[in-house]
Amino acid sequence: MKKLVELKSVYAGYNDEVILTDVSLDIYDNDFIGIIGPNGGGKTTLLKVILGLIKPYKGTVKFYTNDTHKRNKIGYLPQFNKIDQKFPIKVIDIVLSGLIFGNKLFFKYSKSDYTKACDTLKRIGISNLKDYPVGALSGGQLQKVLLARALISSPRLLILDEPNTYVDNQFEGELYKILEELNNEMAIIIVSHDIGTIASYIKTIACVNRSLHYHKSNKITEAQLASYNCPIKLITHGEVPHTVLSKHNH
Amino acid sequence: MLAELFEYKFIVNSLLAGILASISCGIIGTYIVTRRMVFLSGGITHASFGGIGIGYYFGFNPVIAAAIFAVFSALGIEFLSKKTDVREDSVIGILWSLGMAIGIIFVFITPGYAPNLMTYLFGSILTVSTLDIILMAIVSVVIILIFIFFYHTILFVAYDQEFAQTHKLPVNFINNLLISLVALTIVLNIKVVGIILVISLLTIPQSIANLFTNEFKNIIIISIVIGLIGALMGLLISYQINIPSGASIIFSLVIFFILAKMFQIIKHKILLKINA
Ligand SMILES: Nc1ncnc2c1ncn2[C@@H]1O[C@H](COP(=O)(O)OP(=O)(O)OP(=O)(O)O)[C@@H](O)[C@H]1O
Ligand SMILES: [Mg+2]
Repeated sequence: MKKLVELKSVYAGYNDEVILTDVSLDIYDNDFIGIIGPNGGGKTTLLKVILGLIKPYKGTVKFYTNDTHKRNKIGYLPQFNKIDQKFPIKVIDIVLSGLIFGNKLFFKYSKSDYTKACDTLKRIGISNLKDYPVGALSGGQLQKVLLARALISSPRLLILDEPNTYVDNQFEGELYKILEELNNEMAIIIVSHDIGTIASYIKTIACVNRSLHYHKSNKITEAQLASYNCPIKLITHGEVPHTVLSKHNH
Repeated sequence: MLAELFEYKFIVNSLLAGILASISCGIIGTYIVTRRMVFLSGGITHASFGGIGIGYYFGFNPVIAAAIFAVFSALGIEFLSKKTDVREDSVIGILWSLGMAIGIIFVFITPGYAPNLMTYLFGSILTVSTLDIILMAIVSVVIILIFIFFYHTILFVAYDQEFAQTHKLPVNFINNLLISLVALTIVLNIKVVGIILVISLLTIPQSIANLFTNEFKNIIIISIVIGLIGALMGLLISYQINIPSGASIIFSLVIFFILAKMFQIIKHKILLKINA
């Protein structure tokens, strides 16, 4: 187990308003963390701090990777794509862009990059969309393309902000299978409101509601959630083994 | 008769201006349209009038003064909308009118009559000087090289800035570089079609191209070709019936747009009939 990222007493927010208070978190190379919490609790903010998109007011974010030149550190699937659906770009080019990283201006794709992009599309099951213009995609299809873009560089850490938002139930199941596989090669952080469904895949749970409570198990009770200041209803769906979630025990 | 025409240096200059305008506007216009920066570009265009006025007053080349003024306005808009919480379109609106006001003041207090002021407002490709051509050529070559070598980075940043940022790309540098090129392209093409019309040179060819392709690279290439045909046709009309070249060029482009749209509609109808 190697440490990948270390957050130490981080305070962060927007326009001088503090959203996250005193957050400390260590992420290791084989972690699979599920982040839960109410709307506006600061889940996306926390991810942005890890991604370096937001500078903390106080505290430090440290990366422990030495192979940064060969491998992109973080793959990211944003929650809302503010992306312009009319932008003239093809699916394959979006996926390829996941391979561009570093403080450089000049990039050229190799044949193997192209093969990698095709393989990634295949893995997500959207090879048929390869040459589609992005404007012709549905919300769920675009979500899959963006997932492929996040995956293609085999990052050390994969960050997914509510990846199940637009996709159908069938793909959601496939997605978690893919993530389970990927977890052998990389750490994964996933934000979800559907703790019941993800509970059997994730290893640990982080409750984010203006501050962070890290629960080092994938089993959690409503009482524990309440004590974490994270009042989330535990709703389990049909196929999920009920042992994962124990109900409130009086 | 054509041979006679070509003897005149100003005809050659205006042809060169037309070619260079279609290249720079073809590439930069595609960037502007796909990034939805049309309003921003309108702001830069009008703000640059401030530079023209200052150039007049202090007696140096108005195009160069406008270029400097436009680049700083563009970077200013970029900076103010990023670093402060003022809305970007409000910043643009303010700089738009501020530039115009400065221009009007300086033109007004310049002693004597400002002879080619109309050239800047309505454009006149026939008055393009050799210095203008050289500047346009330099900027066009720079734009071509930057878009060839940095193509993937530019496209990536334009498509999704936040993601590019998480990949540690030089997002700010690319944005500032491109917005400066937008400002330079606008100013150097003002002589060709005028302040009032330059924005259409940056958007109509792209709108036509976008009817036929959905790929950034192809929009650039088709826009350049369409811009070129429009410039040549506009030039011919301008010369034949003696109207300002800016208006005739834009008029030609709009006619192309209508024709292209009609072609597309008819094609769709025919396809539907075949499939039925
Ligand atoms: N760009 C921003 N500028 C200012 N405030 C913001 C910004 N983004 C988020 N906030 C504020 O920060 C708080 C936390 O937002 P965040 O997006 O991190 O919540 P979240 O836990 O991801 O919620 P959700 O479940 O709805 O996605 C909210 O109160 C929100 O209003
Ligand atoms: Mg969120």
